[in-house]
Amino acid sequence: MNQVISAYTRIKLNRITVDGTTEYHEENFITFAEFIKPFFKRLNLGYPKFYKMDSLSKLGFISAELICQKIDLNRYNKNRVGIVLSNSSGSLDTDLVHQQSIHDRSQYFPSPSVFVYTLPNIMIGEICIRHQLKGENALLISERFDSRQLFSYVHHLFLEKQVDVCLTGWVELLKEQFDAFLMAVEPAATDYSKEKSGGALPFSEETMNELYKIM
Amino acid sequence: MEELIEKLKREVIEQLNLEDIAPEDIDADSPLFGEGLGLDSIDALELIVLLEKNYGLKIEDPKDGKKIFHSIRTMADYITEHQKP
Repeated sequence: MNQVISAYTRIKLNRITVDGTTEYHEENFITFAEFIKPFFKRLNLGYPKFYKMDSLSKLGFISAELICQKIDLNRYNKNRVGIVLSNSSGSLDTDLVHQQSIHDRSQYFPSPSVFVYTLPNIMIGEICIRHQLKGENALLISERFDSRQLFSYVHHLFLEKQVDVCLTGWVELLKEQFDAFLMAVEPAATDYSKEKSGGALPFSEETMNELYKIM
Repeated sequence: MEELIEKLKREVIEQLNLEDIAPEDIDADSPLFGEGLGLDSIDALELIVLLEKNYGLKIEDPKDGKKIFHSIRTMADYITEHQKP
């Protein structure tokens, strides 16, 4: 059984692309929050919880939102929609914010809403809450984008019939440097992928590497 | 008291990242949780931190929280009553 990459998105430097097409380009920003907030407002999702998320979760959330606008997740059983993400810094960006709030014993005011994001898989939780996903999920740590690791994990989930569709990719953020590359992986035999057969890409290490290299 | 209420509204908005809400959108007597601002349990913890950090007030008994954090006005009442001059 083969799978295809039916949609992909990239958020890096000053640009957001979906299936290779630029959706958003902004030069005038200093922080990730300044970059992503206008785009979030433009999506008009009516989801105020977004503002409470840490930066890593915002990056994953927006990536997943764009993917879910391209594929119709409602045609799948939400218990069988998987998410497998990876990055190199885990939740270090937020860990550092938390550490700053506790390092001075005379000003010891740790924020509960910061502390809850000191685990990288909370990002996956935010995506699952938003889209009501209850399938297999994992967050893998590797030094750099590792197509072999992601391919082998996700392909195995399909082989073991654990998922019907899987969101997978790289969501990395540390100290205002961000890089997200998220894909939707679906079985090649679905009617949906046939509809898109003109543009569907085989799910393979090579394809992932090619798509990742573009930006 | 009204000055404290307005200050609290601004602090709550900032502390809880209520991005799309302005101070004038908050009714001082409306419940903060449930149908009011729709705050959650993490927000409740943030409000406890806010009282301690900005006003030096520590809530010893968690059961008091429900009453204290009912609305902006009940928070203001608690601060007025307990803050040392």
